[in-house]
Amino acid sequence: MSLINYSSREINCKIVYYGPGLCGKTTNIQYVYNKVAPETKGKLITLATEMDRTLFFDFLPLELGMVKGFKTRFHLYTVPGQVYYDASRKLILRGVDGVVFVADSQSSRFDANIESLYNLHDNLEDYKLSVDDLPFVIQYNKRDMPDVISLEDLEQEINPEGYPYLEAIATKGVGVFDTLKTVAKGILHRLSKN
Amino acid sequence: MVKTDWTIYEEDYWAITSVLKELLKNSNSQSVLLIDKTGQLIASVGIEPDFDLMSFASLCAADFEANSQLATLIGETDFSTLYHQGADESMYLSRIASSIILVVLFNKRTTLGLVRLRVKKAVEGLNTILNRLFEKLEYENEDLKEFDEEFTQALTKEIDALFSD
Repeated sequence: MSLINYSSREINCKIVYYGPGLCGKTTNIQYVYNKVAPETKGKLITLATEMDRTLFFDFLPLELGMVKGFKTRFHLYTVPGQVYYDASRKLILRGVDGVVFVADSQSSRFDANIESLYNLHDNLEDYKLSVDDLPFVIQYNKRDMPDVISLEDLEQEINPEGYPYLEAIATKGVGVFDTLKTVAKGILHRLSKN
Repeated sequence: MVKTDWTIYEEDYWAITSVLKELLKNSNSQSVLLIDKTGQLIASVGIEPDFDLMSFASLCAADFEANSQLATLIGETDFSTLYHQGADESMYLSRIASSIILVVLFNKRTTLGLVRLRVKKAVEGLNTILNRLFEKLEYENEDLKEFDEEFTQALTKEIDALFSD
């Protein structure tokens, strides 16, 4: 857990959506923002270019109800996917509690997924972390596109370690909440184990 | 070292807010916030701003981090303070104890010089409190007995309720 404040009785956890450019990280967060009850969400912050490409990050705070007098918040961040924004990606991983890797299922984006996954490993290593230390979930997005790689092949190439994975069509909301639930529960599980 | 897993106890929180309140009063500023480098809000005193504090904290941390990288590029180790001047409202950010950021929001009722002077004094006090807290976290086992199985189950229900189509 990132920050437990016993005085204000708050627990804050940081979830980062990682993945190659245009894989649907921002779409995931936007869907969550549009669907959750207004009283549970804060402002959606998007630092994007004029072309709607994420420049620095998107940020969405979500608040769960009171449990045992504690207010729990999840802070959702996306990283910019484009290769040359690596410095920004590294900064956003600071203090991360759980990672969602959004993979683009299209065969044309296969190499971009692998490159981004390696980049995630490298950047976590700079904080002396690895995906084994954190709740880590893989989302195979864009399952409705033509020319998608089969789930079996994706699993074999991207997820040989067998981390939890989900299929998704983020533009339609398919799999978006399930992905978020999986990583959020992973974080809570870790909290109670500490 | 950046504290990614950390806890603030009641006594430390009150010690922190008392320094923040003193700074608020002495500098004649509007609000004073303490944020950690990962973008989490630790404490805030003064006039409650009418914007989303969580988002503000996240952007302040990002602002500071981006500027740190710029500092490195020009051969500095860090910019320990940042100042953003607006027509009416301004903000002054200062790094404390390597992983914490102090943010002062002020208007024309005061001056940058006074804010800077008072922040310098407050930083000394906060450094002492935070270093003590970090040391305590390093050597003490965190008391997390509240976060048992029952707690996790209750939160799991909350998650299911919140994240549903």
